[in-house]
Amino acid sequence: MTAPGSTAAGLTIETQGLTKRFGHQVAVDNVDLAVPHGAVFGFLGPNGSGKTTTIRMLLGLAAASAGTVSVLGQPMPQGLHEVLPRVGALVEGPAFYPFLSGTANLHRFDAASRHGPPATRKARVAAALERVGLSHAAGKRVHAYSLGMKQRLGIANALLSPRDLLVLDEPTNGLDPQGTREVRSLVRSLAADGATVFVSSHLLAEVEQICTHAAIMSAGKLVAQGPLAELRQAGDTRIRLLTPDAGTACEVLLRLGMTPGKGTHEPDGEVLTAVAAASSVAPPEDIVAGLVAAGVRVRGFSVERESLEDRFVALTGEGFDVAQ
Amino acid sequence: MPSSATPSELEQPNDAEKPSDSEQPGRGSPAVSVPGRRGGSVRAVPAGASSLSLLASELATLFRRRRTMAMLVALAAIPVLIAVAVRLSSAVPPGRGPAFLDRISQNGLFVAVTAMLVSVPLFLPLTIGVVAGDTIAGEASLGTLRYLLVAPAGRVRLLLVKYAGALAFCLAAPITVALAGAAIGASLFPIGPVTLLSGDVVQPPEAALRLLLIAAYLAVSLAGLSAIGLFLSTMTVVPVGAMAATVVVSVASQIADQLPQLEWLHPWLFTHFWFGFADVLRQPVLWDSFASNALLQAGYIAVFGALAYARFVTRDILS
Ligand SMILES: Nc1ncnc2c1ncn2[C@@H]1O[C@H](COP(=O)(O)OP(=O)(O)OP(=O)(O)O)[C@@H](O)[C@H]1O
Ligand SMILES: [Mg+2]
Repeated sequence: MTAPGSTAAGLTIETQGLTKRFGHQVAVDNVDLAVPHGAVFGFLGPNGSGKTTTIRMLLGLAAASAGTVSVLGQPMPQGLHEVLPRVGALVEGPAFYPFLSGTANLHRFDAASRHGPPATRKARVAAALERVGLSHAAGKRVHAYSLGMKQRLGIANALLSPRDLLVLDEPTNGLDPQGTREVRSLVRSLAADGATVFVSSHLLAEVEQICTHAAIMSAGKLVAQGPLAELRQAGDTRIRLLTPDAGTACEVLLRLGMTPGKGTHEPDGEVLTAVAAASSVAPPEDIVAGLVAAGVRVRGFSVERESLEDRFVALTGEGFDVAQ
Repeated sequence: MPSSATPSELEQPNDAEKPSDSEQPGRGSPAVSVPGRRGGSVRAVPAGASSLSLLASELATLFRRRRTMAMLVALAAIPVLIAVAVRLSSAVPPGRGPAFLDRISQNGLFVAVTAMLVSVPLFLPLTIGVVAGDTIAGEASLGTLRYLLVAPAGRVRLLLVKYAGALAFCLAAPITVALAGAAIGASLFPIGPVTLLSGDVVQPPEAALRLLLIAAYLAVSLAGLSAIGLFLSTMTVVPVGAMAATVVVSVASQIADQLPQLEWLHPWLFTHFWFGFADVLRQPVLWDSFASNALLQAGYIAVFGALAYARFVTRDILS
């Protein structure tokens, strides 16, 4: 048996053929998400690629045009009343009553839930504010909050009760470096407690640091998904070689299934870069052995994995314009 | 009334549209204990208690808001204005100005009656329009609607609590006018026995009770308009639109009530009995118009409540 509320496959979030149409536009197109238990799942995609729309459907805020959603082992939106108390969410930025204080706002959202015990409400609100570093500004009206303070309050709202799943739509938007670091360590500690965290973000470096899994959306379609290491491995591997014997080296690399690029001249010789699909590339030590055996004088050698950013751009395109 | 527990089966948006899945574990399972590793800390509070908690939060949010207080202050200013004007002028000739105006200088309690009469056609509908039109659209435009719903508040429960909040304001508004009127009347004019429309004379305490009865009559009168405002509020994310539309509907209904060509329609207009409160100023109290009014308003609540429900439960929350 897996943990309670999970499906047999151990998925916390599972969608099948999830589709959302706005008029003629297909904002989310046939998406099959699979978020495993306990994962920190990065949900990536350019602006307008359908991340927030997907999250709205996961949380039962919007109805799917087609497809099914299951969250914590229950179909949504049918299981909404059992699922949502176990989910903390930040959807498309924080939103509060500007005329109420931070504390009063959290009290209101907690009172809205049928599951927040009133007896512990005060303590839970204070603890959540403490956790995001807002204790000192708790009594201030929210209209006097800065962008980052509102963002922190939004995260505090997601943490009002113990949660099994956190859905955070761009949690670090507007945060200062300290705040960003805090969110990172918060996500790690939530994951360490056994919660599943679903984070949408544009900040790839950040996703690389905290996520175990990721999915990439492009124009409403899911173009890649899986454990982070696998995603990166699916990209190309690049080797960088410094040698005075460029000609021989090229032949060896070609024989090993790599595609050498044009070299650049440096004082110590020529720098050659060669690219190969990660799956077909020989282990680095074999490449070096091959080069040395062929009499190539290797003065420098390194292997560079494609970054998540390279992979992201490769999958979603270079263009800056927002897809229609 | 709306604070009663809501059957959770009703609160499933889009249920009707969905093909029924073969496996829906959520369906039959008990609603109370939510399974979780979290040591049972995620557990349902009894439905009644939690709805009361949400209602208390709604009322606090509504009445702590500066806009609400400003509207109540503005309503309280109406009797003050009337009383001061009467006080500063020489005797008001009978038969001129709003009904009861000429009786104010002999008995201060009539300030309250006159002020309530004066605020029925526009001032009260205006404030009710603002509150009822804001119920859902206001939350949607702030973006707080999505956080209330993922809390989860439950759509039906939220709608009921919102309507209960609007009803509370419907009661608070005329009571404010009555209390402010009685207070300013007592301080500027003599207070004495009141001669009712039936010719009987009642003592001031009994007369004060009659004032509250008028306020209650007005609160009932405004319940239908609140339901209309609630429905309009589910239609948009622009609160001003819903507010304006609600006020326009109330004015249009009053105009239609004046047109003899639409006589057949008059008994169905929610504003038709708005001025019928004079009947509580008789001895014994004539409850006929109170009862007809209540029945008519109940009809409007049922129709527009159902429309609001149908709209809100299936709506996509995209704000
Ligand atoms: N209410 C709406 N009506 C019509 N179209 C909408 C609506 N909301 C979103 N869309 C469209 O759906 C698409 C996806 O939007 P969505 O907000 O999900 O993008 P996103 O991935 O969250 O983008 P971002 O990174 O900018 O937050 C966009 O093309 C957008 O124009
Ligand atoms: Mg978004």
